[in-house]
Amino acid sequence: MTHWLIAPILIPLLGGILQVFMGYAPISLRRTLAIATTVLMLVSAVVLLMLANDDSYRIYAFGNWQPPFGIVLVLDRLAALMLVLTAILGLFCHIYACGGADEGNRQFHTLFLFQLMGLNIAFLTGDLFNLFVAFEVLLIASYGLLMHGGGSTRTVPGLHYVVLNLTGSALFLIGVGMIYSATGTLNMADLAVKIPQVSGSNVNLVKAGGMMLLVVFCLKAALLPLCFWLPKAYAKATAPVAALFAVMTKVGIYAIVRIYPLIFGEGAGELAYLGMDWLFPLALVTLGMGVIGALGADNLKTLVAWQVIISVGTLLAPIALGSEAGLSAALFYLISTTWTVAALFLVSELVASQRGQAGDSIVTAPKMRHRTFLSVLFLIGAVAAAGLPPLSGFFGKLLILQSVEPGAEMAWLWGVLLVGSFLTLIAYSRAGSIVFWWNVDGQIEKPEPMSNRASISTGMLTCLTMAIVVLAGPVSDYTRATAEQLYDNRGYINILQTPMHVPQSPLVGEAN
Amino acid sequence: MELLFALVIGALTASGVYLLLRARTFPVVMGLTLLSYGVNLFLFATGRLATGEQPVIGTASGYSDPLPQALVLTAIVIGFAMTAFLVVLALRNLADNENDHVDGQHETPSEQTQDQEVTSK
Repeated sequence: MTHWLIAPILIPLLGGILQVFMGYAPISLRRTLAIATTVLMLVSAVVLLMLANDDSYRIYAFGNWQPPFGIVLVLDRLAALMLVLTAILGLFCHIYACGGADEGNRQFHTLFLFQLMGLNIAFLTGDLFNLFVAFEVLLIASYGLLMHGGGSTRTVPGLHYVVLNLTGSALFLIGVGMIYSATGTLNMADLAVKIPQVSGSNVNLVKAGGMMLLVVFCLKAALLPLCFWLPKAYAKATAPVAALFAVMTKVGIYAIVRIYPLIFGEGAGELAYLGMDWLFPLALVTLGMGVIGALGADNLKTLVAWQVIISVGTLLAPIALGSEAGLSAALFYLISTTWTVAALFLVSELVASQRGQAGDSIVTAPKMRHRTFLSVLFLIGAVAAAGLPPLSGFFGKLLILQSVEPGAEMAWLWGVLLVGSFLTLIAYSRAGSIVFWWNVDGQIEKPEPMSNRASISTGMLTCLTMAIVVLAGPVSDYTRATAEQLYDNRGYINILQTPMHVPQSPLVGEAN
Repeated sequence: MELLFALVIGALTASGVYLLLRARTFPVVMGLTLLSYGVNLFLFATGRLATGEQPVIGTASGYSDPLPQALVLTAIVIGFAMTAFLVVLALRNLADNENDHVDGQHETPSEQTQDQEVTSK
């Protein structure tokens, strides 16, 4: 049992607690410590990625209880991938926030670190109820972050976001309760053993519970018809927060990928592939709807928020088809799209800060400062998001298209994805040409200075889409191995047999 | 006892969902509270209803499952914190928009005239 597994949870927890007590310390000290915490978290995530690279499962059992008793953390390829993805994204968003976005609220860094902790718990946990707790931890931090920076424009979307997520939590608990009442366990590995054995009227109970969980995960992932809260909430949030939230919808997708192939996979008998036939058409409609929203967006941030919904549709369609190649392609696209969307949120905010009153609205305005730098960043982000060669979005979409078996599904997916990508391209070209090229005479009133931290972190995050292209070989090898590991659930079930280390108690020795 | 328990959960959930769909923040907060009561009772019942049994297997013929109680406790704590946050947010909404409509809209003229009529009466 390796203690590294708990590091990505403990580091932001301790760093966050430290920040709580430092509310009145100089802001430079707070920033340094907060960034140091995030860097340490990234280091621990990379260590876990190295560990997970040998295809074995590692568990961390709290209190040394033999699973399925007690709560376990489980590290496999998928968990390690999500941890590194989040840590890198978190680091760049955090650096950006230190460029000035963290002022105005003494507890910004606390909330930011707790948000990262919640995400890490969600990725590492091997227990269904603990997943609920992780969701609540990351949600309560996200409520605070969403409202950060004030302004009455954030209150209403924030209220919708909180109410929707609380309702989602209620549904989550009902789903968990139904599954527990039929199987008597909440450990994911144990559920994978027990659910195929469920019989009689309990089958319907588990089915209802499983479908209810799917509804909750789709709410988190913002799948149609549960996606209308997202554009307003994300478009109104501060840029680094919106960029970090790019990974929040991916938590819903992660939960689907983690739970459904494992628990309701091939071997689950009557319950095999539960809900997946619903997921495919909904994913395609979500994609289409996101494209329509992107075409109709009147400012850059709303455009990017709809891009989040487009990527959710693109990701869930191949996952719902349930092929190993599809899942591997989706994971590749997930890495690319999360970073791209986050970079675009940051670019939009930088553009808004350089355009005075016009902000990030897609209207003509006087020439902005730093136009070349910002337009190049936007171009790279837009090309990667729309899926044009040579950037990572293209490879992701290509892998997804290749993964489908010929048939009706292939026709639907190819049609929707290709037409959708084309229309997304139109949306980005329209926005880009109006914002960057069509200048009117005049001067920008009161241009804000562009902070170095913000522009450097945005540039780096944008360059990551190119880094994925350079590393496309190793990355796709990794996602392929991840998909293979996910569809073969015997390994995960075997964690139940992990021998626990029992420390020799000196008292027992004396009694003998 | 099972029937009564089920009816109570059903009534709480139904009223919760009804209130949740109202257009003002106060009924929505009340609705979420009732819904979480319903959910907590439901979770409690997932370990089967048993009276006067021990929470240890093997010592008596029946047993009462202790795990749902731990789950309910967690759910109550989380639900409480979330409700507190929601109340603060609803008050903020009221202060920002001078209106407790969940969409923050200003009242339509017809509603205002109705209110004026009521006050004039």
